[in-house]
Amino acid sequence: MNEERKLSLLRIRRMVVKEIRQLLRDPMSKRMIFGAPIIQLLLFGYAVNTDVRNVSTFLVDHDRTSESRRLVDAFTASGYFRVIGRSDDPRALASALDHGDAKVGLEIPVGYAADLAAGRGAAVQLVVDGANSNTATVAAGYAAKIAQELGTRVAARSGTPVPGGVELHSRAWFNPSLESRVYNVPAVIGVIVLLMCLLLTALAVVRERELGTLDQLRVSPLTPAELILSKTIPVALVGLVDMGLITIVARLWFDVPFRGGPLDLLPAAILYILAGLAVGLLISTWSRTQQEAFMTMFLFLLPAIILSGFFYPISSMPTGFRWMTLLNPVRHFLEVVRAVFLKGEGVAGLWTQHLALAAIAAGAMTVAVRRFARSNAD
Amino acid sequence: MDPHRLWAMARKEWIQLRRDPRSMILAFVLPLFLLLFFGYAITWDVDDIPVAVVDLDRTAASRELAEAFVASGYFTVVEQLDSERSAERALVLEEVKGVLTVPAGYERDLRAGRGADVQLLLDGSDANTATIAQNYADAIVGRHALRAALGGREVTPPIRLEPRTWYNPDLESRHMIVPGLVAVIMSIIAAMLTALTIAREWERGTMEQLAATPVGRLEVVLGKLLPYLGIGLFDVAITVAAGIAIFGTPLNGSILLLAVMTFLFLVGALGLGIFISAAVKSQVLATQVAMVATYLPALLLSGFLFDIASMPRFLQGVTFLVPARYFVTVTRGIFLKGVGVGVLWPQALLMLGYAALGLGLAARVFKKELRG
Repeated sequence: MNEERKLSLLRIRRMVVKEIRQLLRDPMSKRMIFGAPIIQLLLFGYAVNTDVRNVSTFLVDHDRTSESRRLVDAFTASGYFRVIGRSDDPRALASALDHGDAKVGLEIPVGYAADLAAGRGAAVQLVVDGANSNTATVAAGYAAKIAQELGTRVAARSGTPVPGGVELHSRAWFNPSLESRVYNVPAVIGVIVLLMCLLLTALAVVRERELGTLDQLRVSPLTPAELILSKTIPVALVGLVDMGLITIVARLWFDVPFRGGPLDLLPAAILYILAGLAVGLLISTWSRTQQEAFMTMFLFLLPAIILSGFFYPISSMPTGFRWMTLLNPVRHFLEVVRAVFLKGEGVAGLWTQHLALAAIAAGAMTVAVRRFARSNAD
Repeated sequence: MDPHRLWAMARKEWIQLRRDPRSMILAFVLPLFLLLFFGYAITWDVDDIPVAVVDLDRTAASRELAEAFVASGYFTVVEQLDSERSAERALVLEEVKGVLTVPAGYERDLRAGRGADVQLLLDGSDANTATIAQNYADAIVGRHALRAALGGREVTPPIRLEPRTWYNPDLESRHMIVPGLVAVIMSIIAAMLTALTIAREWERGTMEQLAATPVGRLEVVLGKLLPYLGIGLFDVAITVAAGIAIFGTPLNGSILLLAVMTFLFLVGALGLGIFISAAVKSQVLATQVAMVATYLPALLLSGFLFDIASMPRFLQGVTFLVPARYFVTVTRGIFLKGVGVGVLWPQALLMLGYAALGLGLAARVFKKELRG
């Protein structure tokens, strides 16, 4: 009995080799393992973009002076706004916003130049489509800045004594040109690898159960521990290879800076993949059919991604949700990937995240192995 | 087509559906769960940005500037630091998102009318938050500078930009999420539910039995569609009601138009789901195809979360193939903008075409199968 409980490295190695062969022999699964992540990275990498540039702007210029044109030029020259239509009728502006053709409307009243020249201060109307609150906030901010800068310049030129103001010099670290892609593409890597781990464990194990090949393995001399190891090691290897592959694609194709050392990502990647495998195994114990496994996976993935800080800053979430994110391996891993990519941070600076990942991986793995051993014992 | 047979088909489908607990959860619990989850957890609203202040001037003027940041409500000063080095450290450790540095001699320069410089160092990694923070800071400093220079007298800036926000005056991200979510939830439900419907018959071998009955292919497709259509309309109704009741999202447009548009969208989405199901014949594959073909595009390429205008050209082209794109425009238009058919007719036409395509494809693939 004791003899049987011992792990046999030879048996595990043979099983791992067999599993990997099986994975790589099937062209469909080969495509899924190596092709799908790259396609997903390209698709999501482009889609997940919150940069606000070239906002379509509708212009109503009642003033028609060189001064009002200067204001419009300041808007378009900034690169943040693009005039897509102009009219004398404010109703055209309303219609453009209703149809969604324009996101911003700029209305310059009659007497704008005269007010400005007289030093009375001129008012300009800015209408923003708030339906996308994020774009609206950012666009309104840019517009305010442009108007302020131009105002100061105009006042200085006209000889109105402008008191020496305060100049704010902003610099952004880690991402000087403030491109959202630099922040989002590393996160996409985390999500794709998780998806891959879940698909390969949960679905693969349940399929074997459905096909009955899991039963065949049970009558073999493999112990449950050996079985689990031989099922998870190949997936972990595939996960690591995928991670490396898409990291390289992200670096080369999207030109996302990778400031850390090449191995800084490795410890967190291993822990994260282990956590993903554990969740996959857990799902497989809850599901009798692949169908059920797929749905359960979906129900896990959605909250895991939303509560990871992928699209939305965790700091803006309500307290209850913020606490929930602490249990989410995706959250910790995304913090690590982003820090390694953008800040060149190493394991030492990210030890809390590593600790959390290790704890989650260990906890989930323990539960998963217990349940898995039990569900395959009876 | 015989209404009797159609009805029998629909009833059979409904009974089958009722007996499958996971489908029932998917149909009735998931929509509300998603709404509450997204509605509460997702917010893009940027306020209380944690910043550190490095005040090297230590004068009344420099304190006033720091107070102006706090008073705006957009920033919280979590640390007062003495050196820029320690501030940069705090930034790297993510204790703060920004560092405001007021150099020595700030008050002197300001009083002398020379113009004073202050520095804002931001953690740019989250570009979106950083951009918003930068804009807020610019506005605060700009306003403050004028006041400070004129010894507290209120001044009007030379160009006063009077911003008005339409459709969502408080710029609440929730009001942007809820209408879009209706569209996304419907895409998921429609695809996931129907993906199984025909594949299941194939896997269980009941397809041959069905083929032996006098029921026609259009009756099968429509009969299978009806229960899901009912569920879908019910789901939209509760999601919309919950969105209005819980999150206070305004429904400015016509509820009838929303119902008609939902109907069009659902017929197309369900038809496509049935087509996928009939084409791949395996429940597992059908769910996966449905997921990849409908759910992900609905989430990412519909304009629900990410502005289509910011995507590269070719991806913008791809979004035209995503029916959820039209439905998101419709729900946002009706909810927030309160627009009617006059504005939304192109979307209505496209969804109608898509519905015809979905049904047509489903019926066609079916015909071939039953013969073969």
